[in-house]
Amino acid sequence: MKVLVTVKEVAEAADDFEIDGLDIAPEYLEYDLNEWDEYAVEAAVQLGEDGHADEVVSVTIGPERTEETIRMALAKGVDRAIRVWDDDIGGAGLLDVETKAELLEAVVAEEDPDLVLTGVQANDDGFGATGVTLAERIGFEWAAVVNDLELEDAVAKVHRELEGGVEEHTEVDLPAVLTIQTGINEPRYASLRGIRQAQSKEIAHQTLADLGLDASTVESPIGMTAMYEPETESDATIFEGDAEETAVKLASVLREKGVGAE
Amino acid sequence: MSVLAVADHRRGDLRDVSYELVTAGRELAEALGEELHVAVVSGDVESFAKDLSLDGVDTVHTVDHGEEFNHDVYVQAVEALDSALEPTVVLMPNSVNGLDYAPAVASSLGLPLVSDAVALEWDDGLTATREMYASKVETTVEVDADRVAVTVRGGEWEPTEDTGSPAVEAFDLTVDESRVRSRVTGFEEVAGGDVDISDADVLVSVGRGIEEEENLELVEELADALGATLSASRPIVDNGWLPKNRQVGQSGKVVTPDVYLAVGISGAVQHVAGMKGSDTIIAINTDPNAPIFDIADYGIVGDLFDVVPALTEQFR
Ligand SMILES: Cc1cc2nc3c(=O)[nH]c(=O)nc-3n(C[C@H](O)[C@H](O)[C@H](O)COP(=O)(O)OP(=O)(O)OC[C@H]3O[C@@H](n4cnc5c(N)ncnc54)[C@H](O)[C@@H]3O)c2cc1C
Repeated sequence: MKVLVTVKEVAEAADDFEIDGLDIAPEYLEYDLNEWDEYAVEAAVQLGEDGHADEVVSVTIGPERTEETIRMALAKGVDRAIRVWDDDIGGAGLLDVETKAELLEAVVAEEDPDLVLTGVQANDDGFGATGVTLAERIGFEWAAVVNDLELEDAVAKVHRELEGGVEEHTEVDLPAVLTIQTGINEPRYASLRGIRQAQSKEIAHQTLADLGLDASTVESPIGMTAMYEPETESDATIFEGDAEETAVKLASVLREKGVGAE
Repeated sequence: MSVLAVADHRRGDLRDVSYELVTAGRELAEALGEELHVAVVSGDVESFAKDLSLDGVDTVHTVDHGEEFNHDVYVQAVEALDSALEPTVVLMPNSVNGLDYAPAVASSLGLPLVSDAVALEWDDGLTATREMYASKVETTVEVDADRVAVTVRGGEWEPTEDTGSPAVEAFDLTVDESRVRSRVTGFEEVAGGDVDISDADVLVSVGRGIEEEENLELVEELADALGATLSASRPIVDNGWLPKNRQVGQSGKVVTPDVYLAVGISGAVQHVAGMKGSDTIIAINTDPNAPIFDIADYGIVGDLFDVVPALTEQFR
């Protein structure tokens, strides 16, 4: 069985940042592997180790810079990677869910996996919808927000984490797309050996043309028109001073509320 | 033409977001000059339809098929309702179950999808407000399409409570069982155990800002000094540093203590969902832009490794 795991490098904003046009100015952004994808990668690698998967392939949509992040997935045990990008994708602005799913669909068509794992959401744009959209496009069954996974014959037995400390037990026929929730496993650190081996693993670069697509794929009916810092509705009292001074002020508020009284 | 809102329910109860969807739907329907239709799929649809007979709703469509949520059934139901009603906007909840069917509905109907909207406006087309970068910024997106699918974040619209008198219509759905390829086999409560953080009057809650497991001692000492109970945000529990029954938030516990002291917690929407009802909220965070300060009553912009020991000292 072949497992395809989608990974995304996400940008995180520094504490103090500035917005330039329709995005945070690049000097205030730091890049990392999306938190949810770390768990998806770990789940995929474990399926390889358990003998369920013969091959684990990761796919990302991102510019050349992202290869560094993709190497981390390779260092943790993913066999090879595919990176989809070209100038048309780079110039398209915000990639909406359907667009991303269409790009991934073309990769699925080439790779023919039995199971696709994605993260529940990406921490930057937060759409939380790419995995299920992909499933619909490729005709796979799916489950969203999975925090436990067991494969048995052609069925994935999963737990879906619902609200309020309740989990739903669901059986999903394969082939399937599962969106993976944090906490499903303990993502490993890459070993030195893994990092060395990752250097020689393949990251295949694919353009729209390579995938049999063209620039119309990245034309989207959804366009971002503004980005701004939300107006805070906060009327919080912020205590000023060094740690000692602020602690004294906060302590007196707490005492007024009867906290810490013997 | 209409606005179609799909209600959310679980194990016999409508979820709060259903009443909020009605508000969001009514506002859009008014802006569009169209009707508001509400659909409820599976479960005790008759009784749900009574609860959904709310102000501004023109018609409630009941789809009586199965007890619990199954996304394959939901997708087919909304597809069929869509072809009967051709709604301008299909509104769905951004709940865990919403995440499990709304994207498939949008894709299968060829509708652009805006997920996790916190505000909506219709003026020639849909403009939605969304957050990005872990709630540090807001964005507006415009949708250039005649019809659109939207999922709505919970807690952003006032729930509609006033009753109305919509028509209630049973919608006849023939489910293609060959397209139902997943089965719910049961439910499990996972946050049990000896401590119930929702009983506590004072919670000291710790987040990823604590960095390492061995640093937890710092907040434990503070909690002890204050006579408070220790709780946490999700990453602390995901890392296995504290048990699941200590987790505050959407997938953990909802707490409403007199005092909630958030230490090194950013205030992600799923966290806030579990603690925004606290009487007094206090945040200690190095990032002045952390969303937790938006709902805090008191705050210290500072390093927890300095502030927490200093605060503990005050109560020794
Ligand atoms: C379906 C779903 C369900 C979820 N359910 C939950 C849930 O139930 N509960 C929950 O909590 N989350 C939940 N989440 C996760 C949520 O989105 C966030 O990822 C999580 O709440 C972040 O936790 P945090 O604030 O501790 O970490 P971060 O967001 O990483 O924030 C850490 C904070 O610490 C501050 N900090 C860092 N160093 C210091 C220092 N030295 N001193 C002071 N401050 C410092 C930083 O400025 C930052 O604001 C859920 C997500 C999804 C998708």
